[in-house]
Amino acid sequence: MSNNDFNSLMPLMVLAGASVLVMLLIVARLSHRIIQLASLLLFVIAFASLLNIREMLPYQVGSLFMVDSFGAFMIGLIIFSGLVVNVFSYIYFQEKEEGPREYYVLLFLCTLGACVLAVSNHFVSAFLGLEILTVGLYALIAYLRKRNHSIEAGIKYLVLAAFSSAFLLFGMALVYLQTGTMSFAGMAHVVATANVQPFLLIGLGFMLVGLGFKLAVVPFHMWTADVYQGAPVPVTAFIATASKGGVVAALLRFFVAIDGFRSEQLQMVMIAIAIASMIVGNLLALRQKNIKRLLAYSSIAHLGYLLVAFIPGSAVVPQAVSFYLLTYFTTTFAAFGVITILSRAESDAEELEHYKALFWKHPALAGILSVAMFSLAGIPLTAGFTGKFYVLTTGIGQGFWLLAVVLVLSSVVGLYYYLRVITTMFAGTRDLLPEPPARYPVFLGISMVVLSVLTFALIWLGIYPDAVIGVVQGLQLK
Amino acid sequence: MMLVLLITVLMAGAVVAVLAGEWNRNFPRWIALVACVIGLLLVITLWAGTGHSVADSQWLMDYRKEWIPSFGITFHLAVDGLSLLLLALTFFLGVLAVLCSWDEIRERTGFYYFNLLWILAGVAGVFMAMDLFLFYFFWEVMLIPMYFLIGIWGSENRVYAAYKFFIFTQASGLLMFLAILGLYFIHGRDTGTYTFGYFELVNTVIPFKTAFWLMSGFMIAFAVKLPVFPFHTWLPDAHGEAPTAGSLILAGLLLKTGAYGMLRFVVPLFPEAVKEMAVPAMVLGVVGVIYGAVMAYSQTDLKRLVAFTSVSHMGFVITGIFALNELALQGVVMQLVTHALSTGALFLMAGMIKERLHTRDIEQMGGLWSPMPRMGSVGLVFAMASLGLPGLGNFVAEFLILLGVFQAQAWITVAAASGLIFSAVYSLRIVGKIFLGPRKTMETVPDFSPREMLIMAALTVSVVWLGLFPQPVIDTAKPAITELVRFMDVQNTASHDQSYVK
Repeated sequence: MSNNDFNSLMPLMVLAGASVLVMLLIVARLSHRIIQLASLLLFVIAFASLLNIREMLPYQVGSLFMVDSFGAFMIGLIIFSGLVVNVFSYIYFQEKEEGPREYYVLLFLCTLGACVLAVSNHFVSAFLGLEILTVGLYALIAYLRKRNHSIEAGIKYLVLAAFSSAFLLFGMALVYLQTGTMSFAGMAHVVATANVQPFLLIGLGFMLVGLGFKLAVVPFHMWTADVYQGAPVPVTAFIATASKGGVVAALLRFFVAIDGFRSEQLQMVMIAIAIASMIVGNLLALRQKNIKRLLAYSSIAHLGYLLVAFIPGSAVVPQAVSFYLLTYFTTTFAAFGVITILSRAESDAEELEHYKALFWKHPALAGILSVAMFSLAGIPLTAGFTGKFYVLTTGIGQGFWLLAVVLVLSSVVGLYYYLRVITTMFAGTRDLLPEPPARYPVFLGISMVVLSVLTFALIWLGIYPDAVIGVVQGLQLK
Repeated sequence: MMLVLLITVLMAGAVVAVLAGEWNRNFPRWIALVACVIGLLLVITLWAGTGHSVADSQWLMDYRKEWIPSFGITFHLAVDGLSLLLLALTFFLGVLAVLCSWDEIRERTGFYYFNLLWILAGVAGVFMAMDLFLFYFFWEVMLIPMYFLIGIWGSENRVYAAYKFFIFTQASGLLMFLAILGLYFIHGRDTGTYTFGYFELVNTVIPFKTAFWLMSGFMIAFAVKLPVFPFHTWLPDAHGEAPTAGSLILAGLLLKTGAYGMLRFVVPLFPEAVKEMAVPAMVLGVVGVIYGAVMAYSQTDLKRLVAFTSVSHMGFVITGIFALNELALQGVVMQLVTHALSTGALFLMAGMIKERLHTRDIEQMGGLWSPMPRMGSVGLVFAMASLGLPGLGNFVAEFLILLGVFQAQAWITVAAASGLIFSAVYSLRIVGKIFLGPRKTMETVPDFSPREMLIMAALTVSVVWLGLFPQPVIDTAKPAITELVRFMDVQNTASHDQSYVK
């Protein structure tokens, strides 16, 4: 490998090195606080190393990786997610009975896996990234092993993720059988020159099933609510964002490479998945009384919205997808951040009932959660609206009216449950949630700063998104 | 710049109010009052300053700035006579809304006035926006605070009403947004410039079938807001449960945004489709007139009763709009203003009675004239205004609408005119049930306080002035209306030319 190869993969290397370093720190029996701060620093370094590679994009590393501006943007988003999750984790885990330190090793590994996915240009690297991500997540989801739902969620995820990986592998094998290559570029060449062969389509179908499970789109969504509910809140936030972001990036890169948008069969399947996700996700969320489950179903619907930006296959798709992911990540973190801060040693703040009168007790936290809910619902003045606008223009621009109409109608259904969260917060005068822990003023302070920045970003993206749209429009997918 | 100032003074006032509310709960109402008065003074100076130039051009003032250039979105505000009238109405009712909440709201005042001012800012923005994206933006901006206003400070069934209001308006608004996007792409494909600007999009040539669908998207949003029968079901709930100021703003301003949207966007953007739709729309309007009146008569809840009279009056508005001639449109503009005043006054009175008797049930009222002669006489004035007594503003409005509609569709006018009789029936029932008859309760009820006197005096003077001397309003709205009618005629001649060619 040349110097430049190393440089371009620097963020990944930092992440990999960080997991080893944190392991050494644990061996040295350092306190949770020091390990947490060290991880924070390492995430910042990983993020900063991205700035370094800006000049050299796009850059191909062997046949495995393609570091282009789209990939770099996605890596940035994923590392940022890791960083935010890391910040929220201290208060959440400090009070719990289990030793929280190994958690950070796993967090780095998962982040690494998602980043590898985002730049992979080859079946081998994509699968490797996916497995690093999911194996880490098995442990993370079941991390609080004394909780009722944790082990259940962990096992569920383990079985289904292994199952979907098998589908994915089989699909890849079939595609390889037909094309004789595993690199996206090679496949693109074969697909462009030859007719579409049956095994290729079947293989792609199997791959869609596998990736569909990871993305939790309907009809592969059954695990979502249970896993969201059982996992520790920061881990849930990670699953909702970074892990899905990485998979979306890989899927998009693969589709653009082989020009999968052209195939009518694939398009029909994707349209069906998108419509089903939007409708089912929003309908199932309606009756949830647990905010983590509610957000799980809402994430299914949001992945459906994302597919509306994905399916048209036009030149603006990478932009729309990146922008939507950015807004969705920011919103999700704001929501989960509030839940994390309100969670206690014994149980998470997950029952919607407990949020009663939060508006009058903690106006700041309730305000942040409301902005997040409005953003998820796609109300103007928030990032969610701009994201939805981008998605709709992408869909309608290519004449996908059906998708646009379904998106609009299903998001009206969605309004109901987002509003329910907000209504709960200003209903009644009796409050059930205790004060946020005042024992860790430093970390509470850091968390609140991060939450405020996220909220500010939500509103800024809602009111004046032009600068960010400019950045996103400059993204290129090679 | 002045136009931006109108919005920013409200938004800044809202933020200051919520901050000051932490300090002292009396501050927010003063801040809100000052913000609304400043806005009102600005509009009045604008009106006075451009009084003589009104006739020259339709547009009085214009402000334009790039907002999201990558999508062709501009921050474009402009004002013509129609907007100016509605803006003046906005700030006038804004002042009254603050005054009527003065003692009613004692809890969480900071956040209350924040929401109140924010709604007004959204409404003001809707009346000025000349970019369709910006228009939709403001359209939505007023929803959330209204949702809070009903949901937090409303009466018993407030949460249900707030949901219903929000979901109805948001759903229809999103359909409008789809239509806006469709228009954006059609215009972009045809001309190569992708823009949301109103003045560019107005010239888009749209195939008839597409135009029909796009118009339906716009119409559904405005029809829900107005409301047109059968999209009115959110209205009685929202009006009934909202706090007094909320009902005042809903009836006085939010409903008007629907009518404004039809005049400003639906008619100029889709003249052909509008012509096709005219008769069915007018029929729906007439159905609304009669249905609203009958429903109003059968209500026992005073606020719901007044809410249904709104449905009836707004039926006149949609009938007038789709008559598409100058007389009717002038009547529509008058109706928008006078309905806001008369219905607003009735809602205020319902709120005042509720503060005193703690009920909205008119079966439990009665004989209130003797303890409250001032309220009784003012109530009589506005009941008369509502039934269209000559000399008061509503008469001018409804008479003009009927005259205009007669030119277009004589039989529809006959049916619509029967609404005047129905309105007499329910208006007299209001007066009879509340103020006359035997007293039901023996509690002592105080008459108007000076503050309430001031509010009602302002409304009474305005409605009498509009009834006796409506010319300034008509003159101000005239350029916009003639432009609208001219636009329809151009389309007419154009289609005639085509038919000659055939």
